[in-house]
Amino acid sequence: MARSFQAVVIGVSTGGVSALAKLLGQLPAEFPLPILIVQHIGPNAGSGLVKLLGERCLLRVKEADEQDEILPGTVYLAPANYHLLVEHGGFLALSADPHVSFARPSVDVLFESAAEVFGPDLIGVVLTGANFDGSRGLRTIKERGGVAIVQDPADAEAQQMPQAALAATGVDYVVALNGLAALLQELASQCATSPRQRGGRDD
Amino acid sequence: MKHAEVADVEIRLLLEGVQQIYGYDFRDYAAASIKRRLTHWLAESAFDTFSQAQSRLLREREVFESLLRGITVNVTEMFRDPEFFRAMREQVVPFLKTYPFVKIWHAGCATGEEAYSMAILLNEEGMAGRYRIYATDINETVLQKASEGVMPIMEMQRFTRNYQKSGGSASFADYYTARYDRAILSAALKKHIVFAPHNLAVDGEFGEMNMVLCRNVMIYFKPALKERCLRLFDSSLLPGGFLCLGLKETLEKRQVGEHYAELSPPLRIYRKRYG
Repeated sequence: MARSFQAVVIGVSTGGVSALAKLLGQLPAEFPLPILIVQHIGPNAGSGLVKLLGERCLLRVKEADEQDEILPGTVYLAPANYHLLVEHGGFLALSADPHVSFARPSVDVLFESAAEVFGPDLIGVVLTGANFDGSRGLRTIKERGGVAIVQDPADAEAQQMPQAALAATGVDYVVALNGLAALLQELASQCATSPRQRGGRDD
Repeated sequence: MKHAEVADVEIRLLLEGVQQIYGYDFRDYAAASIKRRLTHWLAESAFDTFSQAQSRLLREREVFESLLRGITVNVTEMFRDPEFFRAMREQVVPFLKTYPFVKIWHAGCATGEEAYSMAILLNEEGMAGRYRIYATDINETVLQKASEGVMPIMEMQRFTRNYQKSGGSASFADYYTARYDRAILSAALKKHIVFAPHNLAVDGEFGEMNMVLCRNVMIYFKPALKERCLRLFDSSLLPGGFLCLGLKETLEKRQVGEHYAELSPPLRIYRKRYG
């Protein structure tokens, strides 16, 4: 299928810091897609995670600000106590609306809004976590024709979130964390070789 | 055309109709969040689609009122972002104390938690009787709740923790009376707050304010409406006055930005320059 992926969205909770450090550390500096991440964090968490991940990978890592333009090769982390959303036109938005799936930031909110904007050109990834957030959002990504990837529960530090995602929707790939960076690169390189033809989809 | 795209068209038509008939313009609200709120409202309503809702929405004021209530509710908490209130107490109040009387506009006050927090803080700092807070919101239902000053008792534990983290050292329980599942805030806090309706998209300025607070309200607006709000705040503020935004909002790249210096960088407290 000729695709033109525009973004990767990742949802992760318990065990997320080490999982993200490992994943992002394996991606090359020239990884062509923007990566938007919701890692569940407490309402008063500072920007320590941005710093930590920035030090362990070659990509640019920043806390998402409202109206940030979504740029390739950049990792955007949802700030504490705000939902992260994608706006039409390729910009980020934040919201202080009530918790969704018991979380703010919520993976579901990011995934659903990204699916609205990117449709089939989106890769959604659910990693380790001890709750159910992300499963509804991953289902929406699939419904809009995007690609769904879930960390193999047997490989995850906390199995519940990947298991809930697998129960909620059919997915394209179930992978161990170790194989995820290679998979993302392969998917991203497919899009690099195929022309950007937005009208060429089966809709 | 897919379902989702149909919903986008329906929402555009709905907002257009609402603007023409009721004068409330939500077309300048950021699309992703307003769509979430509209979809939530639709799910709770008796309608299956926005098209189905539209006919009655445009004809029956009470249906519109329910939509308005649903999509303009902002949630907040007492002493939200304790470090902000700590900076307020330690760095801003010393300036405010130099005035005989201080006027504060709290724009988008929702159910009033932050306005009451400010009243607690100013009373504790010895400013009782020397300030007035004009707390405004577009949503008159939340304003009614705000003026009642009644909160769910189960929230008080969290609010107390916030209060303590913000540098509050009194007994927080002295500020309310518990009645069954509710906490009724003390009259001494309400005395200095005036609650009034105000729509940031169309209404005018409040004159000669020493401080304007508008936290986590403009994040729901498109850039043009944000600029309008900031111009409004700018023309309301006296030189030397303070403008307080949410922790993820900034004056960087904003037209009025050059009129301000950031007092306490990560906390989005700005001071208007003289001249």
